[in-house]
Amino acid sequence: MSETEVFMQQVIYGLSNGMIIALVALGYTMVYGIVELINFAHGDVFTLGGFLALTIVGALGAAAVIDPNALGESSNWLLLFGLVIGAGLFCGMLNVGIDRVVYKPLRRAPKLTQLVAAIGVSFILVNIALFWGGAPMEVFGDGKAAAASKDFPELLEGSNLLGEESNVVLRMEDLAIFIVTIPLMIGLTLFVKKTRLGRGMRATAQNPIAARLMGIDTDRVISATFLIGGFLGGAASVMWSVYNNTISFQMGFRAGMDAFTAAVLGGIGSLPGAMVGGVLIGLIRAMSDQYIETRWTNVVVFSVLILILVFRPSGLLGLKQREKV
Amino acid sequence: MPLTSLCRVPLVLLLVGIIASMVSCGGPGSERDQSTDDAVRIVSSLPRTGSANAQTTSMVNGIKMAVAEAGGKIGELPLVYEDWDDASPQRGNWDPAIEAQNADKAIADESVMAYIGTYNSGAAKISMPKLNAAGIVMVSPANTAPNLTKPGFGESNEPAVYRPSGTISYFRVVPTDDVQGAVAADFAKELGVRKAFVLNDREVYGKGVAGVFEKRAEEIGLEVVGVDGVDAKAPNYKSLITKIKQSGAELVYFGGTTQTNAGQLAKDIVAGGLDAKLIVPDGCYEQAFIEAAGSKALEGRCFITFGGVEAKSLTGKGKDFYESYKKTYGGEPEGYAVYGYEAAKVVIAAMQRIHAAGGAITRASVLAEVGKTKNFEGALGTWSFDENGDTTNRTMSVNTVKDGAFATVKVVN
Repeated sequence: MSETEVFMQQVIYGLSNGMIIALVALGYTMVYGIVELINFAHGDVFTLGGFLALTIVGALGAAAVIDPNALGESSNWLLLFGLVIGAGLFCGMLNVGIDRVVYKPLRRAPKLTQLVAAIGVSFILVNIALFWGGAPMEVFGDGKAAAASKDFPELLEGSNLLGEESNVVLRMEDLAIFIVTIPLMIGLTLFVKKTRLGRGMRATAQNPIAARLMGIDTDRVISATFLIGGFLGGAASVMWSVYNNTISFQMGFRAGMDAFTAAVLGGIGSLPGAMVGGVLIGLIRAMSDQYIETRWTNVVVFSVLILILVFRPSGLLGLKQREKV
Repeated sequence: MPLTSLCRVPLVLLLVGIIASMVSCGGPGSERDQSTDDAVRIVSSLPRTGSANAQTTSMVNGIKMAVAEAGGKIGELPLVYEDWDDASPQRGNWDPAIEAQNADKAIADESVMAYIGTYNSGAAKISMPKLNAAGIVMVSPANTAPNLTKPGFGESNEPAVYRPSGTISYFRVVPTDDVQGAVAADFAKELGVRKAFVLNDREVYGKGVAGVFEKRAEEIGLEVVGVDGVDAKAPNYKSLITKIKQSGAELVYFGGTTQTNAGQLAKDIVAGGLDAKLIVPDGCYEQAFIEAAGSKALEGRCFITFGGVEAKSLTGKGKDFYESYKKTYGGEPEGYAVYGYEAAKVVIAAMQRIHAAGGAITRASVLAEVGKTKNFEGALGTWSFDENGDTTNRTMSVNTVKDGAFATVKVVN
């Protein structure tokens, strides 16, 4: 492989991984923007999305899914979109439910109380995923080893789109990430910019009290935020599972950590910031694996984060906000 | 809003219930039967939670068989076996804190005469010095890191640091990685490979065996084009695979286990379009590895070295073990089942010798007697413990994956 080919390949992998991180990061940043809560449970909501997807795949019958010829190539795309929407709605509703039961009663409590509650919810969800992994289904290894990683079947055909002779590999799963994530991001941006509810969100983010005085139903805005954040997390979990072909009850911890880092890097509370931050982290990881060494990748990522925060404390695209009292 | 808060109560109770039921699942062996209080106890500390579970269940079955063959008694004293877990769900792998607790628990319980474990070499590092100071014999059915017993493989204070009492109390029935890593390198050369890329999982075992592979590769003229340590929690290794592709390596050696993501690595070699063979050590010699990677990613590409031969190829007493195992548990034993059996057998045989000579079964007498094991005729053939506490058995096999199961390619003595 020539140097250019290697670079191209790492850009592809960096962008694919980065887009998934960005999608998860949006969930962190939206919730923080509206209620100033770092929702540590978000990564684990993401995990449950992956488990739901695998359960659906298992229930539909592994044979039809694994063999693309059984129903034709297009049916797998249909299944993929179905999973994205299904897992998205599930995670969205779950997120709203968590907000109603746990965060809402603590809305006026000290920030630290909310943070600890979020960590608690995270633990509960991890354990639910662990139980789920023991489900007596073929795709879960008949439930014999609940904590083991689960193989997620390849939904999309794995051949190289650039031709088998090409050194650079671009597979359908790489492309699928862009096909799913880019419209979601555009849709979200338009929603927040153009719709009435989106305007309500922006208003609530700027000043919740004034927003309520102006007649905005802030409770509804908060619920919508959790719903959309959860939906994006669920969609990301399906893409993550299809891309890596493995799910585990711990996958949300790593995905959540990367996404939270991305949200902070881009400026927490800023939507374009989360997108840029996610893509940037994906690219930094790929480049560090290639040009430095894999064992240093985590060090590189967090060094970049620290450096950026030293020079721009509110993140790359974050606005300098006044401290609320 | 009294109504909504009322609705919340059952939900919170449900959550509390879920958590409580999880907590109560932990701590095997915490309930104790009063009637067996004069019992002689053997405990094992193996990762029972996580993907190693199938492998360790098979090992525990082997230990149970050995205890059952002794009739559950040493003379008049009941022989009781307890199965302890050294893994935590949070890690899905062995946990240093729990391994330390297990060692402390064994030391505190006067009736524990022998400690069978650990599965992971990293875990052994934690319990070895504790048990050594307390004078409890420890027999590992699966640790292969050479630096646990042999000088010159790890830090300058190894292995003395694990033997604070100055005597040897740690024994193993499985050949070590200085043999295994070398066998892997020799086999790579036989495959006609000229360039290899060496990866490890940054754990005691993985780093150790990868280091031996690297050293041996240099000796036999196999070029090592790169060395790196991977992050066992990474979602995928596609970028790393690209780097390996660029290096021109025809073979990837991964010093790691199923629990440190060997399955994902195998998948990404295929996804990244890397045309190279993969060799992994015995930490991947379990059905869980094939399940994690998918046999499609392994067949015709992956080779797994293992200290011993597959259970169904065992001869003599080993064959008896295999037949009896299948009859008792109704399935094929995993690779390490016979080592669990052998470890328990060695300890029980020592206890029986003490009893036959009219001695008392104490920690000190069991430790001394296990160390004297010479020309032991067991399921793994006839072998002894050498001056470091290692087995004199050197049988190694190279395996591959065919039709979703392991198949032996060659056996090296």
